[in-house]
Amino acid sequence: MRIAHLLLVPTLAVAAGMTIPAYAAEKLTYYCSAQEDWCQLMADGFEEATGIDVRMTRKSSGETLAQLKAEASNPKGDIWWGGTGDPHLQAAEEGLGEAYESPMRGEQNDWAIRQAEAAGNQTIGIYSGALGYGYNEDVLKANNLPVPECWADLLKPEYKGHVQMANPNSSGTAYTTLATIVQLFGEDEGFEFMKGLHKNINQYTKSGSAPIKAAARGENTIGIVFLHDAVAQAASGFPIKSVAPCEGTGYEIGGMTIIKGGRNPESAQKFYDWALSAETQSRALEVNAFQVMSNKNAQSSPLAPDLESIKLIDYDFAKYGSADERKRLLKKWDDEVSVLPQ
Amino acid sequence: MKRSVVLWLVAGFIGYCVLPWYILEDGLWGFEWLFDGYPFDTDYAPALFLIFQGEKLWLSPILLFLLLPLIGDVFTRGLTERSAISTRRANVLIVAGIAGLAWVAFQGYGIGLRGWNFEALTTLFGPLEDRQFGMGAGALLIVGAFLFFLTTGIAGRGAVNGDVFVVGAIGLIIAMVAVFIFFPIVQMLASAFTDEDGGFSVGTFVAKFSENKIWGLGCVTGDTRCGVAWNSLFLAVLVGFFTTLLGLIFALVATRSGFRYGRVLRGLTVLPIITPPFVIGLAIILLFGLSGAVTQFVAELFGLQPTRWIYGLPGIFIAQVLSFTPIAFLVLIGVVEGVSPSMEEAAQTLRASKWQTFRTVSLPLMRPGLANAFLLGFIESMADFGNPLVLGGNYDVLSTEIFFAIVGAQNDQGQAAVLAIALLVFTLTAFYAQRRWLGKKNYTTQTGKGDGGMHVLLPKRVMLPCYVIAGIWTTFTLTVYGMILYGGFVELWGLDHTLTLKHYTTAFAVGYNDFGIHFKGSAWDSFWTTLKIAGIAAPLTAILGLITAWLLVRQNFTGKAAFEFGTMLSFAIPGTVIGVAYILAFNVPPIELTGTGAILVISFIFRNMPVGVRAGIASMSQLDKSLDEASLTLGASTWHTFTRIVLPLMRPAILAALVFSFVRAMTAISAVIFLVSAEYNMATSYIIGRVENNDYGIAIAYSSMLIVVMLTMVAITQLLVGRADTRRRSKAI
Repeated sequence: MRIAHLLLVPTLAVAAGMTIPAYAAEKLTYYCSAQEDWCQLMADGFEEATGIDVRMTRKSSGETLAQLKAEASNPKGDIWWGGTGDPHLQAAEEGLGEAYESPMRGEQNDWAIRQAEAAGNQTIGIYSGALGYGYNEDVLKANNLPVPECWADLLKPEYKGHVQMANPNSSGTAYTTLATIVQLFGEDEGFEFMKGLHKNINQYTKSGSAPIKAAARGENTIGIVFLHDAVAQAASGFPIKSVAPCEGTGYEIGGMTIIKGGRNPESAQKFYDWALSAETQSRALEVNAFQVMSNKNAQSSPLAPDLESIKLIDYDFAKYGSADERKRLLKKWDDEVSVLPQ
Repeated sequence: MKRSVVLWLVAGFIGYCVLPWYILEDGLWGFEWLFDGYPFDTDYAPALFLIFQGEKLWLSPILLFLLLPLIGDVFTRGLTERSAISTRRANVLIVAGIAGLAWVAFQGYGIGLRGWNFEALTTLFGPLEDRQFGMGAGALLIVGAFLFFLTTGIAGRGAVNGDVFVVGAIGLIIAMVAVFIFFPIVQMLASAFTDEDGGFSVGTFVAKFSENKIWGLGCVTGDTRCGVAWNSLFLAVLVGFFTTLLGLIFALVATRSGFRYGRVLRGLTVLPIITPPFVIGLAIILLFGLSGAVTQFVAELFGLQPTRWIYGLPGIFIAQVLSFTPIAFLVLIGVVEGVSPSMEEAAQTLRASKWQTFRTVSLPLMRPGLANAFLLGFIESMADFGNPLVLGGNYDVLSTEIFFAIVGAQNDQGQAAVLAIALLVFTLTAFYAQRRWLGKKNYTTQTGKGDGGMHVLLPKRVMLPCYVIAGIWTTFTLTVYGMILYGGFVELWGLDHTLTLKHYTTAFAVGYNDFGIHFKGSAWDSFWTTLKIAGIAAPLTAILGLITAWLLVRQNFTGKAAFEFGTMLSFAIPGTVIGVAYILAFNVPPIELTGTGAILVISFIFRNMPVGVRAGIASMSQLDKSLDEASLTLGASTWHTFTRIVLPLMRPAILAALVFSFVRAMTAISAVIFLVSAEYNMATSYIIGRVENNDYGIAIAYSSMLIVVMLTMVAITQLLVGRADTRRRSKAI
């Protein structure tokens, strides 16, 4: 009886296999490093637009890079969308990305394409946002503090214990801050600035946007973050005002990378093209993402910080995004700044 | 031939001839493969069909080793003595088992995704034009068969009195621990000794290990910060001590005070353990943070400037004691209940006062429990990741540093491994110290002899402080949980307290469409996945843990100490390290598990197994061995004794292990964050996303939902497994 069964199953299976056409839906495994609801919006939007089955994982850009490296010999993901551009550049440096030139390239801003050129087309800019800081109006008032306007203001002794930034070792945002200060003031003076700032810092958070979220909840006064993060907190109803420092400031470019050796390269390219379209990018406003989008025709919110009116430095992504320079600056910060008494 | 050998032979042949050899991309249980060219399509084919088609010929020797036991009688020809024949048969089984396992491992590691995996093999055999994916269901069955050939053979040669079941259990657990704990950890730790060029270098390790950031003593000698290692150690000792103390107080109040609401108390103390990570931290911030309710109230009352005092050691300490006291309670309650009343009665008959009895009889008998509780608290605190993340301020601890060494902009696996080694040194020292302290004293109190006494009530001078402390702590816990529940129903927690249901509808909306019920809330996906994974992992964890405990307490075999060390090791390794180690070890053939649900289940089993083991050991060392011996003397097999005598007496331990592993699977985060995938996203990883987004409302709504689900599960388990019946009067008359 059992043996009969054993023989029967394969026979039936073969018969069935010949009559039923193989079912193979198109799939896309999508790693996302932007905020959760934006990631979800992109996943759902792409499923609606193409019918391709999307499997999404949201992780920070650092975590995703770690995962890509670990999975390098057997990639599970197809595309990596969102998150600050440095890890994308790093991935390109290590050859984890697949070079691709999208037909949508003509519609993109120059800064987005420069990002692609720096990485041999393994990545491309999809949005950008300027660095700055935000403060909690109520807490500032309760402590009788003046409104800060420049980077230099943050060094004033009255702000002692009121400023928060992320630890550059763990956060891309904070590393951008460090690199910005170094480019703005020069390396020696920049590190003097960081040492002065260190005295006023109440906590180096682990995650990049945590300082402004703490400020939003009244747990902190001033948080050094990307301006669009500060604006998003204000839009959620928190008493947050954002400041673009008067000396000028750096910026980030969010990246997108097709993962080399992924299992669904066609779907990945479709997603890539779709994500660069004006229509897709305009939908970012639905989820309070106030970054400036890469597509020239994408809509922007009146709340969004206007990059035109902000004094932007000429940020050297190639240099400060490289692994060696990053290691050197972080080590210097570790050895010279973080060990000082506060 | 023995029946068990026949059984495993059949299993082995099913593995070889029926089930697909390689892992299936769409999963085995979808059964899509059955209709997609099985059994001839090389992706789905069993090993036998592959070989008949001239593919993957390196799988053919396996058949030979599988056939070896069948033709084993050839080797016994000419022998007449019975013992000689059975020894020869056992030898054949051992050879078949070892050779089979070795060959499966060799071909698996030797041939990978790009042909030969090692240079040496390429030079030896020339380039290979073929490749293979990870092993699948067929391979799994065959490995099982070979493993049991081996253990049956060893038993046949007389090991552990020739007990097939015991040797098999030992073999199974050793194999699993080797594959799922040692292999990934060794791979991970190897990276601590890897220099920048990928070479092996002790110097790199020494330089990284002796760094000031880890061992600096700046906080003692000056006004800078101490090394992370000292921070972790100090915190863990503090937390271990206080959780043990509080756990003991609760256990005493619940069982020995005549307190009528003991059951309610039990329910309450279990609350923090079923709380998803971050939630307690968030509640504490809202109570004690700079703008927290308590801080503001106190500041106004005394005209003080509110401070950020909670961020750092105080915050982590409070949150961890809140979180881990229940673990101590769970361990201690069994022990406190288990202390034999007759001993206490004997003490009192000898004119000892209540206080003397408590101090010199009851308390010393609880020592194994106290030591276990301290050890658990210590290690939990060392490995805890959620609370330091939210409340740590500038007080860095090893677990978060490890996490950020891996995921941070630095992305330095070597650094993470070095920190992990520092962590391991601490936890293993604690483990060793605990064993020293317990010594070789006898704590047996349940002997199977007449034991009809009643527990002595607590002396007054112990009872009163216990009541007060338990009362304060309960109030505090209730406040924290009240805040959490409330937080799910307000617009913007801490700012705009208009009542709303919007967080619940966003996360858990249910609608109807043409196909029936449609779960459209954004949290449903991860919710179902979490339930499924936790539901699969919990019973497996409990079974494995209790079998291990039983082997450790009741059986004697060579290498028992090493065996115990191996099974407890995973508990001493922080989840973040396990997570990354798993990704490194199980992303490539032969064991390809990343992106599956199985890797989550496995990580939970091996992370939580030590708790099952400890609970089992604690309660089993109170069961007298004469119970087992009586059963064995009456002719029952070891298997029978285990299932009929030991297991029923261990119901509290089983319950504790089941509940704990289920709940931990639902609330774990540190390893999970590396192992979740698009298809298998877990609740905690979803919640982190919301917390990161400052979206406390949904995070808390989701957490409340999980708490309710877990409470239900705990209640159901309690009903199903029931309470241990020690045949003592349970109530004071």
